Amino acid sequence: MSISPIEQELEKKLDAERVLRENKKFAADKINAVQYLIFAVVAFLIACFYDLQIHQREYYSQAAERNRIKALPILAPRGKILDRDGRVIVDNHASFSLLLSRETLRPEHLAPIAAGLGLDLDEVKAKLARFARTRAKYEPVLIKEELSPADLAFVESHRDLETFPEMELIESHTRAYPKDGLASHVIGYVGEISDAELNSTEFGRNKPGDVVGQAGIERQYNDLLTGTDGERQVMVDNLGYERQVLGYKAAVPGQSLQLTIDLDLQVVAELALEGRRGAVVALDPRNGEVLAMVSRPSYDSNMMSSHISSKQWNALLTDPDKPLFNRALQSQLAPGSTFKPIVALAALQTQSITDGFSANCGGGASYYGRYFKCHLKRGHGSIELNRAIAQSCDVFFYAVGNRTGIDNIARFAEMAGLGAKTGIDLPYEASGVVPSTRWKMRTQRQKWYAGETISVSIGQGALTVTPLQLAHAIGGIAIGGVWRRPHLVKEQAPESARKGDVSPENVMKVIQGMYSVVNAGGTAGVARLPGIELCGKTGTAQLASNDFLKSAKAGKEFADNAWFVGFAPRENPEIVVAALVENGLHGDRAAPIVRDVVKAYFDKKARLTQDRKALAMQRILPGLNPVN
Amino acid sequence: MPNYRSLRDFDWTLWGVTLLICSLGVLQIYSATRDTIWRGAWTKQLLCIAAGIVLAWVVSRVDYHSLLGHVPLMYLAMMVMLMVTFVLGTKIFGSRRWIPVFGGFHLQVSEFAKLVIVLLVARFLSAVRNDRLELEDLFKLCGLVALPMLLVMKQPDLGTSLTYLAVLAAGIFLVGLRWQYVAAIVALCVLLMPAAWYFYLKDYQKARLTTFVDPERDPRGKGYQVIQSKIAVGSGGPWGKGVTKGSQTQLQFLPVPHTDFIMAAFAEEHGFVGVVVVLGLYLLLLLQIVQNAQTAPDKAGIYICMGVGMLLLFHLLVNVGMVVGRMPVTGIPLPLMSNGGSSILTTFMMLGLVNNVRLRRFVN
Repeated sequence: MSISPIEQELEKKLDAERVLRENKKFAADKINAVQYLIFAVVAFLIACFYDLQIHQREYYSQAAERNRIKALPILAPRGKILDRDGRVIVDNHASFSLLLSRETLRPEHLAPIAAGLGLDLDEVKAKLARFARTRAKYEPVLIKEELSPADLAFVESHRDLETFPEMELIESHTRAYPKDGLASHVIGYVGEISDAELNSTEFGRNKPGDVVGQAGIERQYNDLLTGTDGERQVMVDNLGYERQVLGYKAAVPGQSLQLTIDLDLQVVAELALEGRRGAVVALDPRNGEVLAMVSRPSYDSNMMSSHISSKQWNALLTDPDKPLFNRALQSQLAPGSTFKPIVALAALQTQSITDGFSANCGGGASYYGRYFKCHLKRGHGSIELNRAIAQSCDVFFYAVGNRTGIDNIARFAEMAGLGAKTGIDLPYEASGVVPSTRWKMRTQRQKWYAGETISVSIGQGALTVTPLQLAHAIGGIAIGGVWRRPHLVKEQAPESARKGDVSPENVMKVIQGMYSVVNAGGTAGVARLPGIELCGKTGTAQLASNDFLKSAKAGKEFADNAWFVGFAPRENPEIVVAALVENGLHGDRAAPIVRDVVKAYFDKKARLTQDRKALAMQRILPGLNPVN
Repeated sequence: MPNYRSLRDFDWTLWGVTLLICSLGVLQIYSATRDTIWRGAWTKQLLCIAAGIVLAWVVSRVDYHSLLGHVPLMYLAMMVMLMVTFVLGTKIFGSRRWIPVFGGFHLQVSEFAKLVIVLLVARFLSAVRNDRLELEDLFKLCGLVALPMLLVMKQPDLGTSLTYLAVLAAGIFLVGLRWQYVAAIVALCVLLMPAAWYFYLKDYQKARLTTFVDPERDPRGKGYQVIQSKIAVGSGGPWGKGVTKGSQTQLQFLPVPHTDFIMAAFAEEHGFVGVVVVLGLYLLLLLQIVQNAQTAPDKAGIYICMGVGMLLLFHLLVNVGMVVGRMPVTGIPLPLMSNGGSSILTTFMMLGLVNNVRLRRFVN
C-alpha cells in the first residue's frame, strides 16, 4: 500500500505527540462507526442511481421522449368554392382550435377547462366518450374551434406541464360562408362527422373527428374539397412551447370548385324571395347549368359549421318553417297550372286535339258525376289553346286532359323529367310523383278513376313536382324538347342530351301560349319586360280539397301556393326560371321574381357586350376616350 | 509562530476534492441555466466560491479554541439575525429565509447558523466532564439548539432546521447517553409524530410527505418534481446525454435544475459513470473530515469535525435521496454543487473549521 509522503510524516508526528491528547481513545469506536455509516450512505445512493440509470433506463428514456416529443396535425384547408365568374363564394379563414390529448388527460381537469372555454361540460364528456370507443388513445380530441382571444389567453396561460398540459393548440381553417344565408342551401355546410356517417359508405375514407361536408356542395363534393392533413413532430419544453421541429409533412389543400352559379343572379333571386317561404331555380336549358338556386327561409352556414350548440340545432330542426329544407329540390308540391303546357304538348303530340280545338268555359264543367270549377267564376266563354294557356282556363284543360288520357299525360310528363330525380349534383333530391294507371296499381293496388285525370290535367291530384324539376321540364320544352341534366359544378362534362319525341310545330304552339301569358293579356302581365321576350306560365296550386278549404278548419297554412315558370327569349332561350312562393295565393305573386331574375340576366349580358364593344373600340381607336 | 501552521499543513486532499466538486457544480449550473432566466448564475457561483476560499482561509487562521470562546456572542448574533430575517426577510417561494444585502445578493441566515450550531455543540459537549451526558445537560443543549430550530421552522424551512438536529445528534452520539434516555427520546418522537402531523405540519409539507410515499398519486402537482427528477436520472443511462444535451434539464421539465435538483441534471447529462465519480468525491471528502476528527488534538476538535461531517452527510443523503425519489422533497441544497451563495460560503467556512482543527492537531 502506497501512502503519500505527507501522510507518513503526519503519522510519525502523531505517534510522537499522542500522549498530549486529552483522551486519545475518546469515541474512537464511534468515529469508526460513522465511517461505516458514510460508506453505507454513499453505497445506498449509488445503488439508487444504479436502479434508475442502468436497471430501469429504458422505461425512463421513453418517459423522457414522451415528455419532449409531440405530434401535432396540420389541418389541410378545404378547397374554395367559386361562382361561374371565379368570384369567391366560400373561403377559409385562419383560426385556432383546441385539442385535448387523451394520453395525458386527467378527468378532474375537464370541468375547469370546459368552464374556461365556455363549453358545456356534458357535451365535452359525451365527445370524449365517443372518441374513447372508436379512436386510438394517442389521437387528440378536438373540443373547440375558432377560439376567441379570451379562449386563447386561457389556453396560453394554463397549458404548462403543471396545470393543464393536455391542452394542445393547433392552427386550423374555418369555413367563411356568405353572410345572411346567401346560397346556403346550395353550398351546404361542414361539421364534425357523426357516428352514423362514419358507418356509411359515403364517408368510408374518413375517421372520427374529421370535419366533413354535411349538406349541399360541401357534401356532394366532399372528397374533392377535402385536403390531406399533414403532421408536425415537435420538441416541446415544460410549458408546451415548441423548441425545435423534428419532422414535417406539409398539408395538401383541397381542390377549389367552380360552380355554375352566377352570384349576380343569385343575389337578385335571394332578394326577390326575402321574407317569404319558397324557392327559385334558374337554369341554362342549353347545357343544364344552374345559374341560381334559392330556398327560403335560410340558415347561416357559418353558424352551422362550428358554433352551433345542440339547443340551436334542435331549434332549427323543429322550426315549422323548415329552414334546413332545400325547397328548390326537396319540396314536392302540386304544380297547378304550370303543368298545363305539358298537358297541352301531350295532347298535341298524341293528336288528342286538333289545331282548331276549342272548349266552351262557363265557369265549370261536369265529368264523371262531379262538377269541376274553373278559377274564373264567370267563365272564359269559347276558348282555344293559345288563350287557354294565356288565361289558364281550367275547363279547357279538363276537356283536353279527358281526351288525352292519364297515361299519355304521364308519358310526356316523364319525358320532361317529372316523377324522377333530375340527377343534379346535390344530395337529398326528391323525385316528385307523376300519377298514371300503372303508378296507382303499383302504389295503391287500385284502378285509376277517370275523374282523377281531370284533376291532374290542371296540375292537381296526386301530381307533385319540385321547383327544380319544373324549371328543368319547361326549359327542355323551350329549347325544342331536349333535356340536359342540371348541374352546379362547371368542370363537369355535359352529358348527352335526352331528346324527346316532339314536333317543333307543337312546341311552337305551346310556347306561343306561354308568350301570351306574359305579353298578350295573360295571367302574368306583371312579368312583362320591355325588349325581352319572356314566356311563362303561372300556377296557383291548392293544398287541399275545395270542401276542406271552405271549412273553418283551414288556416293560413293551407293558402294556395303560387308558382311561376318562365324562360327567355322566346327563340333560342338562354335561361329558364321557376319560382315557388308558399301560400302565395296566386301565380302572379311568383311571376315578378322570375321577371327580376331574367331581367338581371339580360342586363348583365348587355353590360358585358357593351364592355366588350368599348374594349374593341379602344383597340381600334386608342386615342378615343369613351364619353360618358 | 511555529511553521507547521503554514500552508504546507493545510488539508490539501480536502481542498482538492472540494474544489473538484465545486467545478463540476459550476459546469452543471452553466449547462442547466444556459437558456433560462438564471443564465448568469454560474459566474455568481464562481464569485461565491472565490469568497468561500478566502473565508475558509480566514477561519483556518484563527485558533478554533478562541472561536469557541466567542460562542455565546455568536449565538446571540445568530438569534438576532434570525429574528431580523422575520422582519426584513424577502419572501421567495412562499418562505421568508433571505435578508437582502448589497448588490442584489441575499443572505440566508439559517445557513450561516449551521456554523454556530457546530461550535455551540462542540463547546458545550467538550465541557462535559462525565462519560455520559446527564439529563440536565441534555435538556440544556437541546434547548439551546431548539431555539434557532424553531425560528427556522417558522420561516418555514423544515429541511434546514433538521440539519441542526443532525449536528446535535452527532454530538450526543459521540458523548453517549444512557440507553434509557435513548429509549425515552425514541418513544417521545413516536408519540409526537401524529401530533405534529395534525397540529404542526402545513398542508404543503403533508403533501410532500404523502407524495413521497406515492408520487404517482398526483403526478402533475406535488409529485411532479420527483417524477421529473427520476425521469431525468433514469434517462441519463450509463454514460449520460452529454453536457447541455439533457432534454429533461434543457427543456425545463426538471424543476430548479441548478439548485435543489442539480444532482438530477448532472445524472442526466453525465450518466451513472458521472454519478459514481461525484459520489466518490463526496465519499473522499467525508472520510477526510472523519480522518481529521481522528487526529484532532482534543474533544472540541472531534466534535467540530464530526459535527461538520454529519451535517454534510445529512445533506448528501436527504438531497440526493430526494433526487432519486427515496427521500421527501425538503428543499435543502447539495453542498458545494447547488447554486446558492449562503450555502457555498457556509460550507467553505465549515471546511475551514475542519482545516483549523487539522492545523492544530499537534498541541504545543
